[in-house]
Amino acid sequence: MRKSSIFISFILGCTLTLGLAFLDALFQKAGDLPLLRQEIKVVETLQLTDFCLATEARHTRHPSQSDWHSPFQSHPGALDHFPSGAIIQPPERIIKGHELPR
Amino acid sequence: MIELQHIFKIFNAGKPNEHVAVEDVSLTIEAAKITVLRGPSGSGKTTLLSVLGCMARPTSGRILLQNREVTSLPSRFRTEIRRKTFGFIFQQYHLLQGISVLENVMLPAYPNGDSFAQLKQQAEKLLDLFGLLPKAASKVEWLSGGEAQRTAIARALVNNPAVIIADEPTAHLDTKLSRELMEIVAKFKAEGKTILIASHDPIVHESPVVDQVVDMRDGKLMDSGAA
Amino acid sequence: MSYLVNKQRNILDFALSSLLRRKGKNLALVAVYTLVVFALASVMFFAAALKKEASLVLSATPELIVQKMVAGRHDLIPMSYAEKIRKIRGVTAVEGRLWGYYYDPLVRANYTLLVNEKTALPEKTIAVGAGIARVRSAYRGSTMNFSSYEGKPMLFQVRGILSQESELLSADLILLSATDFRRLFGVPEDYATDLTVQVRNKKEVATVAAKIQQMLPDTRPILRDEIIRTYEAVFDWRAGIVIVVLLGALLAFLIFAWDKAAGLSAEERREIGILKAIGWETSDVLQLKFWEGLTVSLTAFLLGTIFAYVHVFLAAAPLFATVIKGWSILYPNFRLTPFLNVFQIAVLFFFTVVPYTVATIIPSWRAATIDPDQVMRT
Ligand SMILES: Nc1ncnc2c1ncn2[C@@H]1O[C@H](COP(=O)(O)OP(=O)(O)OP(=O)(O)O)[C@@H](O)[C@H]1O
Ligand SMILES: [Mg+2]
Repeated sequence: MRKSSIFISFILGCTLTLGLAFLDALFQKAGDLPLLRQEIKVVETLQLTDFCLATEARHTRHPSQSDWHSPFQSHPGALDHFPSGAIIQPPERIIKGHELPR
Repeated sequence: MIELQHIFKIFNAGKPNEHVAVEDVSLTIEAAKITVLRGPSGSGKTTLLSVLGCMARPTSGRILLQNREVTSLPSRFRTEIRRKTFGFIFQQYHLLQGISVLENVMLPAYPNGDSFAQLKQQAEKLLDLFGLLPKAASKVEWLSGGEAQRTAIARALVNNPAVIIADEPTAHLDTKLSRELMEIVAKFKAEGKTILIASHDPIVHESPVVDQVVDMRDGKLMDSGAA
Repeated sequence: MSYLVNKQRNILDFALSSLLRRKGKNLALVAVYTLVVFALASVMFFAAALKKEASLVLSATPELIVQKMVAGRHDLIPMSYAEKIRKIRGVTAVEGRLWGYYYDPLVRANYTLLVNEKTALPEKTIAVGAGIARVRSAYRGSTMNFSSYEGKPMLFQVRGILSQESELLSADLILLSATDFRRLFGVPEDYATDLTVQVRNKKEVATVAAKIQQMLPDTRPILRDEIIRTYEAVFDWRAGIVIVVLLGALLAFLIFAWDKAAGLSAEERREIGILKAIGWETSDVLQLKFWEGLTVSLTAFLLGTIFAYVHVFLAAAPLFATVIKGWSILYPNFRLTPFLNVFQIAVLFFFTVVPYTVATIIPSWRAATIDPDQVMRT
């Protein structure tokens, strides 16, 4: 068999597999839809604001609700993730707060 | 038929190391004949062959290939002429290392875009002709000197060129192989191919199959005559 | 047409033969390259899926929350604030939320206690998240003891376990009645943790927030958009950190690949000369180099991307999960919903395949334009 035939078959095989991955993603998503709907429902009824990813401190359990001054924070509103918070300024919008348009 | 008219090739023109490698060469090369360029080292044989084979442009002068002017053509066309009209056998063979004999022979035909099966058949036919078929799958670095040369010849023939150009083809061959080569060349002539050889090897220019010997010295032609 | 296809396949044939000459080196290159694509794609898929999930699920979060701030810290908010906010034009409803944290020394975990009127739990009963049920081995009917703000023990009966499917949101939750909440934490009757505000017209939310801030300067309004964007930023940052960690390896690979692709050896230069001498055009030589580059980079791209998909969405990303998701004692069990899109793949393709292929072609350009007659005298 020609080398190019082998290679082209290989690439086609890989592309097909990638296509299957897309298909799998679609199926998984369809399968997860009821779950997602349920999660949305939970957020709505319990009026939740955050994911339960890190429960250890309030600025990690409820990053969207935490104080502007929390441990190791370099600036009110800075992202609370070492070392990013120490390096990158928080977005302008967060620093400014809410003002009425003049 | 190839006609050279007042060909000059000047290297480093206008610089202190300016060198006139070919000076005012006018020459007619008959079709289906064997022409040998003879001359001492540095006389400009290789330079003339490369100008003639559309590898390099002459500094001035015209080359007519079957009455068609080729010196001023854009390089794309010259490449195509080089590929389809000329077959080159280099002094050092210049086979590509690490690649099989068969693929080396097929290489010059790749840009043509012909069907692969056809091309492979053609290459195998040529290898068979030179008794190299058993070596088709071997890498070229395993070949003996004679085998390597025959591979180089097969490669020069794969596009079925009208003109074969060989630069010092016997430089690395012993007497026996050199005579064999001249037999092969004679066969080409019988098939109607035009052959141009640069060589100062007596086995070549004293061979009875040679039709014309052209003497060169310091880039200029000496009187030419039949062998 | 078939002429063009034949030609490209011929050139591809030769490109492959050419690469196979240095089999070990090129296979190593493809392997490392695949690993790099795999790492990048894993991080990208993971972060994108989390972001997508956040924006989808949190789309139902209250559109405006108002906190009271005292000396720069979140404080209880008087219900009288709710009355004032309700009078702002466009506001349809204002509700007080009661929630807070409780540290359980028994398992050294932090719980989130939350009052939900709709759940209507009787006094002395609670509903707990699946994570808590796991670490406390709680079940329907079992009891849990809490210590009130005055240090008095309070016994609760577990009325229900929150569904496992929503663990990503509720693993550490404890739902209880408002009376119990106030009794446990000593929160006065006319105070809430914060307020949720509903606005009639979605476009006016920002204006309402600004008006609240103006009217009640000691408050801090938090918009739903901000929450979603905070999450996007958080996951982007975590993905960024992983990439920063990988950066050293990435750079090393770049140097290696660049050297491999761009450094044209004398041998390769000679070969280009031979090809030109036997009748290859400059463009043919460049096409050869294009195929050489594409063969390596496309193989690495496809393999890396496929492995990344398997890693992230079929094997739950064992390599990066903790960094991107975070860590916790009460860690929720959850499986990410894959959100793949063509754009992601295209970005990945653009950043992995294109640079390498270009780096292979560019240096050959000069070599490919030399006069073929050089070959006659080497
Ligand atoms: N690119 C170049 N730049 C400068 N001088 C060159 C160049 N190529 C060839 N020459 C010179 O042109 C002259 C003719 O060279 P050429 O190779 O044609 O001789 P030759 O007859 O083939 O010699 P030999 O029998 O040794 O192969 C030599 O003096 C050589 O140095
Ligand atoms: Mg010479």
